[in-house]
Amino acid sequence: MAANGEALTTQGYIQHHLTNAAVGEGFWTWHVDTLAWSIALGLVFILSFRSVAKKATLGVPGKFQCFVEMIVEFVSQSVKDTFHGKNALIAPLSLTIFVWVLLMNFMDIIPVDFLPSFAQWVGGLMGYDPHHVYMKVVPTTDLNTTLALALGVFALMIYYSIKIKGFGGFMKELYAHPFNTPWLYWFNFILEVIALIAKPMSLALRLFGNLYAGELIFILIAGLIGIWQLPAHFIWAAFHLLVIPLQAFIFMMLSIVYLSLAHEDH
Amino acid sequence: MNINATLLGELIAFVFFVWFTMKYVWPPLNGAIEDRQKKIADGLEASERAAKDLELAQAKASEQLKEAKAQAATIIEQAKKRENQIIDEAAQKARVEAEKILAQGQSEIEAERNRAKEDLRKQVAVLAISGAEKILERSIDATAHADILDKLVEEL
Repeated sequence: MAANGEALTTQGYIQHHLTNAAVGEGFWTWHVDTLAWSIALGLVFILSFRSVAKKATLGVPGKFQCFVEMIVEFVSQSVKDTFHGKNALIAPLSLTIFVWVLLMNFMDIIPVDFLPSFAQWVGGLMGYDPHHVYMKVVPTTDLNTTLALALGVFALMIYYSIKIKGFGGFMKELYAHPFNTPWLYWFNFILEVIALIAKPMSLALRLFGNLYAGELIFILIAGLIGIWQLPAHFIWAAFHLLVIPLQAFIFMMLSIVYLSLAHEDH
Repeated sequence: MNINATLLGELIAFVFFVWFTMKYVWPPLNGAIEDRQKKIADGLEASERAAKDLELAQAKASEQLKEAKAQAATIIEQAKKRENQIIDEAAQKARVEAEKILAQGQSEIEAERNRAKEDLRKQVAVLAISGAEKILERSIDATAHADILDKLVEEL
């Protein structure tokens, strides 16, 4: 990358890697790289799983079917262990979250410069200034993605809380807990609302933070330590391989737990 | 950290993916898995049942074999007994037959002897008469003197 001219200092290099390809102004800015990669990966997920689902046989399954069924079975088991209500949405939701987040996280393993420099090359061919062609390939390092997932889960939490407990029941859960005395209801309410909002926030920030930090370290290794980056990349990638599925699993598991809590009627 | 319209785009994509998974991916996959689980469970159960049946059949077969052996032994014993009986009976019959033949022979001999005796007696009577005729030089009327002749035969 150092060939890109005098403007490319280390700081600039890092900055460049942490900037999304954006279109639009203000709130109506679209991170096209995040959207494109996440939607492409989501399509990879649903289309590959759909192709297996369409010809799922009862007999001896093929290898890819086995692999897909293993994931389905794993998610199904996690849901069964944690969620005790009857809801046809929870398992597919968990599967979507798990596989989609996993795929998006795995983009982190692709060497940090491959896709951005490819994009710069293509951008250069198309007549753009390569220094202003940005490409952030890991959608989960964009807070918009993780927050969208968390808000989706949050909306379902609120919806099922009200559906199962009624609006009054849901409110009562907010103000009559943990101190069940009328003159402390206002205090309970503040506590519980914070706790409620903390759930999606923690969900979004945990995934974002882990992946952003992981990505940042890859970038730092690539930008700062010269030839020593080769073993360092390997070591960090090996470590990161643990973080990637773990974060996907945690996101899925906590979503199930939160939705399970929303279904519990006291 | 810039939250912007990307959030909305991601949210829409998320909702779509969840909807698609729920509608077209999860039910057939989970259905296939559950059906196969059921099939495997049925198969295992069937094989267990078959193994039990086999064990039962083996036990039955060995029992039948034992029974058959016992029966065969009884039959052989019975046959031996019957053999002895038949031999005894045959011997008995043979003895009786022999006795009968012996008795018959004896009675035949007796009859023969009696007849010979009778013949002899009659011939003696004729001889006596002819002897007496010679002595008397005249014929004796056999019919007229039958009583005397009979008396003579009696005496012989």
